[in-house]
Amino acid sequence: MIRYIIRRLLVAVLLLAIISLVTFGIFFLLPKLAGQSTDDLAARYLGREVTPEGLAGVKAKLGLDDSFLVRYWHFIEGIFVGTDYKFGTSVTHCPAPCMGFSYRTNEPVFDLLLDRAPITFSIAIGAAVLWLLAGVTIGVVSALRRGSAFDRGAMSMALAGVSLPMFFTGLVSIFLFCRQFKILPTPRYEAFLGNPATWAQNLILPWVTLAFLYAAMYARLTRAGMLETMGEDYIRTARAKGLPERDVIVRHGLRSALTPIITIFGLDIGLLLGGAVITETTFSFAGLGQLMLQGITRSDLPVALGVTMATGLFVIVANLVVDILYAVADPRVRLA
Amino acid sequence: MAGKASKARGAETIDTAATGAAAAHTPSAFLEVRDLKIHFPSDDGLVKSVDGLSFELERGRTLGIVGESGSGKSVTSLGILGLHNRRNAKVSGEIWLDGQELVGATEEQVRRLRGRDMAMIFQDPLSSMHPFYTVGQQIVEAYRIHHDVSKKAARKHAIEMLGRVGIPKPDRRVDDYPHQFSGGMRQRAMIAMALSCDPELLIADEPTTALDVTVQAQILDLIRDLQREFNSAVIMITHDLGVVAELSDDILVMYGGRSVEYGSVEDVFHRPEHPYTWGLLGSMPRLDRDRTERLMPIKGTPPSLINLPPGCAFSPRCAFEGLTDGKATTERPELRESAPGHKVACHLPAERRRQIWAEEIAPKL
Repeated sequence: MIRYIIRRLLVAVLLLAIISLVTFGIFFLLPKLAGQSTDDLAARYLGREVTPEGLAGVKAKLGLDDSFLVRYWHFIEGIFVGTDYKFGTSVTHCPAPCMGFSYRTNEPVFDLLLDRAPITFSIAIGAAVLWLLAGVTIGVVSALRRGSAFDRGAMSMALAGVSLPMFFTGLVSIFLFCRQFKILPTPRYEAFLGNPATWAQNLILPWVTLAFLYAAMYARLTRAGMLETMGEDYIRTARAKGLPERDVIVRHGLRSALTPIITIFGLDIGLLLGGAVITETTFSFAGLGQLMLQGITRSDLPVALGVTMATGLFVIVANLVVDILYAVADPRVRLA
Repeated sequence: MAGKASKARGAETIDTAATGAAAAHTPSAFLEVRDLKIHFPSDDGLVKSVDGLSFELERGRTLGIVGESGSGKSVTSLGILGLHNRRNAKVSGEIWLDGQELVGATEEQVRRLRGRDMAMIFQDPLSSMHPFYTVGQQIVEAYRIHHDVSKKAARKHAIEMLGRVGIPKPDRRVDDYPHQFSGGMRQRAMIAMALSCDPELLIADEPTTALDVTVQAQILDLIRDLQREFNSAVIMITHDLGVVAELSDDILVMYGGRSVEYGSVEDVFHRPEHPYTWGLLGSMPRLDRDRTERLMPIKGTPPSLINLPPGCAFSPRCAFEGLTDGKATTERPELRESAPGHKVACHLPAERRRQIWAEEIAPKL
């Protein structure tokens, strides 16, 4: 088991290195492919007052004329030990996890990420917990009462959940709950540490609308999985032992049906971050998704690069956790 | 000795047959199944998987149930344990286990008996064990359902059981997962699990079908030894006549959900009277025969359990159907005593059956 975890960790580190190289490569190549010279990039950084000295200074500071490998090395060095940006005589030190500065606002990218990440993760984690609980519960009950009114009702709801896009259900729910009935405040992010109650109150709508979409899928998956496992021979064996039906369902049936769900959950966490742009735009939350959108639309390469790296890291960590959970759940995986 | 015991049981059967009509029935045998019917309504019609089955079994004895696929063997065993699909099965008749009636009992009552008083060994030990739990955990679970003991004590019991079924180094193998066991080991572990609560009735549903021939014999020996040790009643369900001959005291031959012949091993193997039993014996390959000699398969296919042929279910495949004056295709034969303890359901007159066996069938086997 421990050997398995170490092996997975090593793979994760390797993956991160590859992701950083590829994303950095893409953002290095993009301006060149768009026909932009390093002068154009430096000009964007300078803003209105473009002078030849300024351009040269910015190019030197950002190392825009350096080769790909030098710049990549500089980037990696910044993340691990920090780096210095020299602008004429002034030197800006960028401490350890340094991911450069925004071309637009000159803020350190890492600080921007730190600022925005809690918003995105609050939405993602809350919704994930909600949809897992709701989806799995509904799926199990549906499977056990196959063909009943509950099953048919739940599966119709699930079909609606899968079919309705998030920006539709999101806007409709804001309209209903915040405008018409005024049960909830119009969602805006409040820090968790400030007041957990208002934090949760503001997040309920994004959580529920996101969870509605995913819970629908999970209910269908769990139902299918439970229908399959409850027909397995080992379920018959569990009953033959005289195990009470509830234990047969939970300890033997659900235990098996859940393992594939764990895997899909890992993948969905990644998708969820990609979908954060839509969620955050729908509810006007300034999270990582919006930061990404800004970075790309304004050609703010360090910001876009930073967000990509951050989400990449998150997806890899999420999948690592899922793989380890999977190995804990299914002993046959460890040997493979 | 077995023959003597079987005769004594035979006398008893006559006795119950005579008084059986009485409404209030007190079972005399340890396990008594009377007129058991298990029907499943389906879109195509009523599937009569088991249709009026009766037999009895004492502690320490083994009943072999033989028949083709779809003859109702497995449904019978699942029905006794209450493991048939309760939601859509229609069950009638009586199952008496040690004085307790099971067909009319609640699900909870039957559950409490399952595993403790009656246990089952299944055909495929790999798919019958949960892949995510260690063998030890699964035996511990089975033991702790019915015994209020600590996990530690239950684990000790599990190791002891694994040792008893012949698994080497049981204290180490107890923490292995089923996929780390070989096929034979797995079936041993299944047996250890089934016997962990010392059940008085053990049902083995084709316990050797999924195993190598060499391992088959070991498993059968193990079941026989453990039966002697625990003095349990065993129902051995199989389509392998060799297995039945080896282990059973009595044999029940099933066809189309009903019993067509029921008697001691000697009766059924040496004096079989039902044409279907003759067919089964004739289709068994034998090593002491010339390989150029062809087996005698039973022609035709097993009947649909929805539309059983009118009259005798076996009549469309029976070579002697013509000798019954058409009764075979119109009237259903009852299971009648042909000799003490030997029952046959056939329209052929008893003398004629014995004559056919002695003159036409036996010499060819």
